[in-house]
Amino acid sequence: MERAVHDRGGWPTDARIDRAEHELADWELLVDALVGALGRHGVMNVDELRRGIESMPPDEYERASYYERWLFSAETILVEKGVLAPGELDARVRG
Amino acid sequence: MTFRVGQRVRIAAREHAGHHRTPGYLKGKSGTVERVHAEFANPETRAYGGDGLPRERLYLVGFDQREVWPGYGGRAADRIYADVFEHWLEGQA
Repeated sequence: MERAVHDRGGWPTDARIDRAEHELADWELLVDALVGALGRHGVMNVDELRRGIESMPPDEYERASYYERWLFSAETILVEKGVLAPGELDARVRG
Repeated sequence: MTFRVGQRVRIAAREHAGHHRTPGYLKGKSGTVERVHAEFANPETRAYGGDGLPRERLYLVGFDQREVWPGYGGRAADRIYADVFEHWLEGQA
């Protein structure tokens, strides 16, 4: 049966599991806080967050870090809901 | 259909293109109902802006590791547990 990129329990691998603690960057803490605030205010929920992550193109999903996936999803869902205009974030980042 | 603790169940072996919480490695596998948790909003519709209603009953299902993983090399008594929503369960005699 076809399995999506995120549905990876039991995938064979020879890679070692990285058990090191991960130091979080400031932007990662902000993404966590942002998604938490969006949830508390009823703008988007955790199931939408998951669905947005699962909609990533598989190669992007593989390259992205944990909070990059959250950010991708938050932008996807917020554009979908009309909270953000398409391309609005990119335009702001470019200044 | 409601399931009870101790009942044998099979996880439906169906494709589902949208968001769902049933891990692929359990689809088609049989296990035993260990606990009936409660009813929760359905993430499969909530993920698309829906209200998740009607609520779906969530079960804790236990499986023999040897039945889940072909060639499993651990102990015979090893179990794996997963939370699975009712509409993914099929009853077994």
